[in-house]
Amino acid sequence: MGSGGVARERGGARRRMADAVLFEFLHTEMVAELWAPDPDPGSGGKKKSLSVLEGLGFRVGQALGERLPRETLAVREELDALKFLCKDLWAATFQKHMDGLRTNHQGTYVLQDNNFPLLITMGSGSQYLEEAPKFLAFTCGLLCGALHTLGFQSLVTASVTSLPACKFQVVIQKS
Amino acid sequence: MSRQANRGTESKKMSSELFTLTYGALVTQLCKDYENDEDVNKQLDRMGYNIGVRLIEDFLARSNVGRCHDFRETADVIAKVAFKMYLGITPSITNWSPAGDEFSLILENNPLVDFVELPDSHSSLIYSNLLCGVLRGALEMVQMAVEAKFVQDTLKGDGVTEIRMRFLRRIEDNLPAGEE
Repeated sequence: MGSGGVARERGGARRRMADAVLFEFLHTEMVAELWAPDPDPGSGGKKKSLSVLEGLGFRVGQALGERLPRETLAVREELDALKFLCKDLWAATFQKHMDGLRTNHQGTYVLQDNNFPLLITMGSGSQYLEEAPKFLAFTCGLLCGALHTLGFQSLVTASVTSLPACKFQVVIQKS
Repeated sequence: MSRQANRGTESKKMSSELFTLTYGALVTQLCKDYENDEDVNKQLDRMGYNIGVRLIEDFLARSNVGRCHDFRETADVIAKVAFKMYLGITPSITNWSPAGDEFSLILENNPLVDFVELPDSHSSLIYSNLLCGVLRGALEMVQMAVEAKFVQDTLKGDGVTEIRMRFLRRIEDNLPAGEE
């Protein structure tokens, strides 16, 4: 199934496998469908739509995580879990690695993607910044769900300064 | 951090499941949002259509197939190229109508339904209905109006999954009045 192999990055160009494209198209359609403006402006419709998408991402992230072999799941160190997200999860989902990972070593991590695939279709620059959060919600949930399976509770938010670059902020919750 | 030998296969496995897991989460969400299965079916069809009208460009760019001369060629391309490319399966083509305007796609295994069971409360749900919309939307962009529908479904206890495709008419480009 598929053409074999994982991420192939040559000189920065990203080769998208056909089945990855299918996911991207589905994601775009899900954003359009689940983002329908709330007829009641007082109910905070915008937030509600965001959390629906995040919730879906969470379930998928969890499910992906649950299918990993036992050795991978026995991650003890927080930093290893974050590295797993940046390399393995990102490679599986977006055929690339995260471009940067920073931490304050106190439970907060910033994951930087300079060329986030789900934002690329939106064009570059700052014209569509307002739309960007819709396209990041599912992925925030995905990160959160995968971490949950690895045994870490987290809060994940995302920000965009200039399309298609974005940052995911992961704050590990201490119990 | 040293790379482990099995990391590549894990990534690939996760990659192939991402679409099916996301699709499953979507269907579950739609079942919550809509009161009855018929409405969910319509939503899936509509979303599939929206995907299909854009997917066709990706398909044509990747596959380099030329224009199909008849519905039989179209059927071949759908089963042997498109399904293989995007879902990794090759449905078989059967049950041609005498006029050559209807055929069936038989999917022995439907990758969308891995890990899925339909609860009794959703017996009218056409779980994979997105596919029908995709086919309809994609073919419309290449000037074919078709009808696609599930007539058998392994989720409902049938032995195979069968999509019936029916050619309705050719879509002519509409030129504005006065332009020849």
